[in-house]
Amino acid sequence: MELYRAHVLVCGGTGCTSSGSAGIIDKFNEELEKHNIKNEVKVVRTGCFGLCEVGPVVIVYPEGAFYSRIKVEDVPEIVEEHLVKGRIVKRLLYHDSVAEDQTIKSLDEVGFYKKQMRIAFRNCGVIDPENIEEYIAVDGYKALGKVLTEMTPEQVIETIKASGLRGRGGAGFPTGLKWEFTRKAPGDKKYVCCNADEGDPGAFMDRSILEGDPHSVIEAMAIAGYAVGADQGYIYVRAEYPIAVKRLTIAIAQAREYGLLGKDIFGTGFNFDIELRLGAGAFVCGEETALMASIEGRRGEPRPRPPFPAVKGVFSKPTLLNNVETYANIPPIILKGPEWFSSIGTERSKGTKVFALGGKINNTGLVEVPMGTTLREIVYDIGGGIPGGKKFKAAQTGGPSGGCIPAEHLDTPIDYESFIQVGSMMGSGGLIIMDEDTCMVDIARFFLDFTVSESCGKCPPCRIGTKRMLEILDRIVSGKGQEGDIEKLELLAKNIKASALCGLGQTAPNPVLSTIRYFRDEYEAHIREKRCPAGVCQALLRYVIVAELCKGCGLCARNCPVGAISGEPRKPYSIDPDKCIKCGVCMEKCRFNAIKKQ
Amino acid sequence: MAVSVLTENKEKFEEFKKVIEEYKGKEGPLMPILQKAQEIFGCLSLDVQNYIAEELNIPITDVYGVATFYAQFTLKPKGKYKIGVCLGTACYVKGSQKVLDKLQEILNIKVGDTTDDGKFTLEATRCLGACGLAPVMMINDHVYGRLKPEDVEGIIAKYRDE
Ligand SMILES: Cc1cc2nc3c(=O)[nH]c(=O)nc-3n(C[C@H](O)[C@H](O)[C@H](O)COP(=O)(O)O)c2cc1C
Ligand code: SF4
Ligand code: SF4
Ligand code: SF4
Ligand code: FES
Ligand code: FES
Repeated sequence: MELYRAHVLVCGGTGCTSSGSAGIIDKFNEELEKHNIKNEVKVVRTGCFGLCEVGPVVIVYPEGAFYSRIKVEDVPEIVEEHLVKGRIVKRLLYHDSVAEDQTIKSLDEVGFYKKQMRIAFRNCGVIDPENIEEYIAVDGYKALGKVLTEMTPEQVIETIKASGLRGRGGAGFPTGLKWEFTRKAPGDKKYVCCNADEGDPGAFMDRSILEGDPHSVIEAMAIAGYAVGADQGYIYVRAEYPIAVKRLTIAIAQAREYGLLGKDIFGTGFNFDIELRLGAGAFVCGEETALMASIEGRRGEPRPRPPFPAVKGVFSKPTLLNNVETYANIPPIILKGPEWFSSIGTERSKGTKVFALGGKINNTGLVEVPMGTTLREIVYDIGGGIPGGKKFKAAQTGGPSGGCIPAEHLDTPIDYESFIQVGSMMGSGGLIIMDEDTCMVDIARFFLDFTVSESCGKCPPCRIGTKRMLEILDRIVSGKGQEGDIEKLELLAKNIKASALCGLGQTAPNPVLSTIRYFRDEYEAHIREKRCPAGVCQALLRYVIVAELCKGCGLCARNCPVGAISGEPRKPYSIDPDKCIKCGVCMEKCRFNAIKKQ
Repeated sequence: MAVSVLTENKEKFEEFKKVIEEYKGKEGPLMPILQKAQEIFGCLSLDVQNYIAEELNIPITDVYGVATFYAQFTLKPKGKYKIGVCLGTACYVKGSQKVLDKLQEILNIKVGDTTDDGKFTLEATRCLGACGLAPVMMINDHVYGRLKPEDVEGIIAKYRDE
């Protein structure tokens, strides 16, 4: 292998690719060529660094200089100054990576990374995901080698059990136990599947792992195959993830070429291969029985359990299904031992969890933290707080199956049980921050709208019940809410939870229940006062002119499309609420900030 | 009846036949075949479904059932430019609904529809993995981030003139 004196890591994750990182890579190569240092400096396209907010991100080693929001035009300067002359271009560094005394902080000292701990995400942003040798160089496939040559399947299962690892797909089922069930299920043909259907509408952890470190999932599946006695794997991945699909395809081909998939792996007689299956845009296919139906080429409708997939899964054979992030934890557990893993986290939740932090927060992106970290630490220390000096209102976790956690529970430690206690759930890792400008009734409606359109329609409680709930919420946000609506919602929720066939329906009412639990006053304001306290629900908004601020210039009246504003020059104008169609034009036009939404 | 898409373009048909051959013997071939068919023909018209049913020796109702279950499959051709506005949670909280409303207004179509000239199809999508840039929309493979409703008009104009 050639030795390079510097490495330029350019993020090739989805966020940074969207903001133009491909052009930046080309430009680096071009400039390095120009300066004749192409054999001294290596440009690597990596997976997501986590801080997508400030992308495109470029990190230059050995200094660890963290350049943010880089444009193609900036590249010549970085090459000339930094890579040729050895002077870091401070102007382009991520603001938080320059200390007060102007020295450069190392990455782990930057606020965003300081409290993080990377296990599942260990190679993302570190290696080139399209090059198997880079994965091997960071101990890749060593765990598979160890398992095949030194351990029995039972020992592997014991190790995973002892580590305390629980499923990262949402429900938190103990992984080792699931492996054991699948191993013990009778049958000579078994399958290992990976759930990469990432359904939570505001989350992309699994996507980033597949894009940044596809081999870790492949290696873990092979380990699982050995442990449960399967020779065939399927990765069910969303078709909306083209970069992930491409990198997985490359990774599988490379693993076959290196003899790490296929027949007689490591000369041990163990056979295992993996095939990709693409989803086609149905959230319910994240549910395990629906996912298996879809792999078989049927409509992705859930079926009652038992029988569980461990007994009767894909093609009616015993099947192990785990989530992407769950798999990504496996190789380090094998290499470093279960004690190491179980020393991290809380009593009942071990290891780390990756979250997709988004919404009204300064640092949006992916964060991986040890279990037990508090929400407050994530929001303020890692996330950098709420933009614009606004107030934190709630954190939404668990996507359409979860709930909103309000400010009074900000000190809740991250673990499966505590989240359930405060009326939400861990979910797969979406973490959306909401501020005072977010309407909680509107958010509940948003999630319910999502579940209604994603319900497969197989069972009436979900198909009809959630629809009824949505109708009530629609009524409330459009100002036609009635006394008793909250109680009706609660009753419907209770019945749906008790009688729906699959997890989608059983959890669909959660966003409504948790917002009623913590923000009942907002529901009441909508229903009784026909008022949206956050100023979001269009139908409840009123545009008014503040007399003290109005200069009587008449600009608003001239721009109102329906002639709702009247007045005399140089005296305060006023808006006729019956005529106003709430287009907001007047507010945009007024130069004196005299028009307010209420 | 209109000309069958199968015989209309020989090259595409040949390509599709190869796909069927490739998957025919495998386990659970229907989804990948439908996906490839849509890639090749742009949509899953009835004659394409019929052909698949015959080749795989399964009832057409099975094919139709699957083709209509998944949001990604379409029985009607889509516009030249597919606009997908992200209504994922992060984007929604940051106001992507307003962007979508603006697009419906400008294009004068509803979500899921295609403009009469066949140029634009408007869709709402889930998280595109670019929450850092929220609110986000995609036009074919290009991602536009940090959008404001005001920006939309200019972006669409670029495609209209092409
Ligand atoms: C409606 C619904 C959607 C789901 N979506 C996902 C998903 O997107 N990704 C995932 O890994 N698990 C999802 N699950 C959970 C899976 O059914 C399953 O429990 C999980 O993939 C098992 O893997 P784990 O034990 O490693 O978490 C979903 C469940 C339900 C009911
Ligand atoms: S709960 Fe909903 S998604 Fe699940 S089977 Fe019933 S209708 Fe389908
Ligand atoms: S534009 Fe503003 S200042 Fe002028 S009349 Fe309207 S509200 Fe008053
Ligand atoms: S919001 Fe629109 S309709 Fe209402 S007063 Fe202002 S400009 Fe006129
Ligand atoms: S995609 Fe580049 S940092 Fe996340
Ligand atoms: S929610 Fe829109 S990109 Fe993630």
